[in-house]
Amino acid sequence: MQEINEGTSEQLAPERWEEQILKPPLPLGERKASFQTVSLEEVRRLYSPSDINDIDLENDLAIPGQFPYTRGIHATGYRGKLWTIRQFAGFGTPEETNQRFKYLLKEGQTGLSVAYDLPALMGYDADSQLSEGEVGKCGVAVSSLADMEALFDGIPLEEVTVSQTINAPASVFLAMYLVVAEKQGTDWKKISGTLQNDILKEYIAQKEWIYPIRSSMKLVVDTLEFCTNHVPRYNPISVSGYHIREAGATALQELAFTLRDGIEYVHWGVRAGLDIEQFVPRISFFFNAHNDFFEEIAKYRAARRIWARVMRDRFGAQNERTMQLRFHTQTAGVSLTVQQPLNNIARVAIQALAGVLGGTQSLHTDAYDEALALPTDSAALIALRTQQIIAEETGVTNTVDPLGGSYFVEALTTKMEKGALDYFERIDAMGGMVDAVEQGFPQREVQESAYQYQKALERGNQTIVGVNKYAMEDEPQQVSTMVIDESVRQHQLERLERTRTKRDSGEVNRSLDKLREAAQQGDNTMPATIEAVRAYATLGEICSALRDVYGIYEEPAI
Amino acid sequence: MDQSLRKIRVLVAKPGLDGHDRGAKVIARALRDAGMEVIYTGLRQTPEMIAAAALQEDVDAVGVSILSGAHNTLCPRIVSLLRDQGMKDTLVVLGGIVPQEDIPKLKQLGVAEIFLPGTSTQDIAKFIRENVKPRE
Repeated sequence: MQEINEGTSEQLAPERWEEQILKPPLPLGERKASFQTVSLEEVRRLYSPSDINDIDLENDLAIPGQFPYTRGIHATGYRGKLWTIRQFAGFGTPEETNQRFKYLLKEGQTGLSVAYDLPALMGYDADSQLSEGEVGKCGVAVSSLADMEALFDGIPLEEVTVSQTINAPASVFLAMYLVVAEKQGTDWKKISGTLQNDILKEYIAQKEWIYPIRSSMKLVVDTLEFCTNHVPRYNPISVSGYHIREAGATALQELAFTLRDGIEYVHWGVRAGLDIEQFVPRISFFFNAHNDFFEEIAKYRAARRIWARVMRDRFGAQNERTMQLRFHTQTAGVSLTVQQPLNNIARVAIQALAGVLGGTQSLHTDAYDEALALPTDSAALIALRTQQIIAEETGVTNTVDPLGGSYFVEALTTKMEKGALDYFERIDAMGGMVDAVEQGFPQREVQESAYQYQKALERGNQTIVGVNKYAMEDEPQQVSTMVIDESVRQHQLERLERTRTKRDSGEVNRSLDKLREAAQQGDNTMPATIEAVRAYATLGEICSALRDVYGIYEEPAI
Repeated sequence: MDQSLRKIRVLVAKPGLDGHDRGAKVIARALRDAGMEVIYTGLRQTPEMIAAAALQEDVDAVGVSILSGAHNTLCPRIVSLLRDQGMKDTLVVLGGIVPQEDIPKLKQLGVAEIFLPGTSTQDIAKFIRENVKPRE
């Protein structure tokens, strides 16, 4: 040990350290033959200056706020502005979710994020036979503008930014949001917010699709084009790796597929004649924060660097905003355990910290009871407070990119970047992401990783505390959970019936015909969708009209 | 053919609108690796479609995956459709997010076992192997 104390760089070289200090004989045995991240990537014993030899401080790292933004897009980091606390919420009736929104805002949340139920995600009304048993269960039930009005009652859309997790029927929900804003007397030019609208990851992972891929992409382009021209502060796509990761992808696959999805949307936008400097700055990203702390931080840092370079080199972007990757983070729902559920509070806090150290623009922290049910008020409050503790107690916000320069984090960041570029090459060779998805490539990759992880878990190579280690026979932690009963469906059916009776059905039919026509002719479908929404055509009716034209997607066996 | 050598046939079914099929696909592959013949229905199957597939594929067990909270509506219907078409002995198991308080009722209605998150695939394979009814 005395040799280390002398401390010349020659003596600290890792090879010397391995040779002289560790063997032979090894002074300390190691606990395992190999150390791996949660993505089953090998981690070495020590990282040192030689691991960052090929990193150019000027070009690869730069300073915060400077290309390629590895260290963050803002020069002042969180000293200037904290991330937006944006808790994903939605359950039961629009009235119930409206109450939850107001509660979260009162307790210091700074933005809203809506979770819709499965019928809404699939474009069915609450009274569809296919919706039975699912109304209001996994999110809030919304079938028409009448529900949206109740959902945002007393919430000024000019002041609060709202993120909507909706994909296959995203254009309809954008239309409903715009009409609610209009009814509140708000100029579309003044409102902001985010539409998830990332249909590619639906085919890859989340699997809430309606139409075939290329028709869905056309709808995405319609929203991009419409927002660029009429709702300039709105973010029409949140390119989402979150669900790809939850479906079993590794951190690298999440990064690579998400960014390649982003590239695909930019290509489609460019082909539609949009100006990248205008529409790309409004595309944002959404990543998972999983258990492996440093791997996640490296993923976020690599994402910024890759996006900046791709925008500059592949698309010729010149404006900073076009090259700056902004992202939302959500802690990993898949990592939460049913067993000893209060342990999830610790998991969420650590995952959220990774998101913050990675420089996220907004953050959702999962509630501890989310592996059991949708969160109760008290569980949601702890999740919110977790972010406030990180923001205001830990001191991690005092300096920008505090892990920049760490041998390990920089080496991992570069490894992530290289791995993602390899995936880009393979996907480009297939003809792009739409083609790759049609060939089932990302789907197979994710599926394989999910299976390998399960095997690692069952061999004991990966640990889940309270599940495959430290499990307890008698569950000591009893928590009460939220129950959504069938009265929600009844409530929704009644409003749907009132809506159908009150509206002018001639106007509804005319607007739906117009929508079919726009879709058939390849025109932008947004104006006709907005008109149909204004006439109180329901979600199911609007999606049916588009199904008539586009058909439906059938997943090939993968 | 010696019945003891016949492979156990399992239908892995994913009813409801939910698209979270990670669990269903991992289980399907694990049961296959455990020596069973597995048929996966794909997403968004109605109880009627699942019962019809079970009959057509002549399976010994049906494994249902539900994470959306719709199990109380969907599972009893699947069981009763199977029984109605004469599949009295077909084992029905459920995996997914199921609150403790729902479990006794589901068992009473004919679901043999409910596997919660964190269950090892080997335990599930073992349960199926030990509980399918031998063919006559």
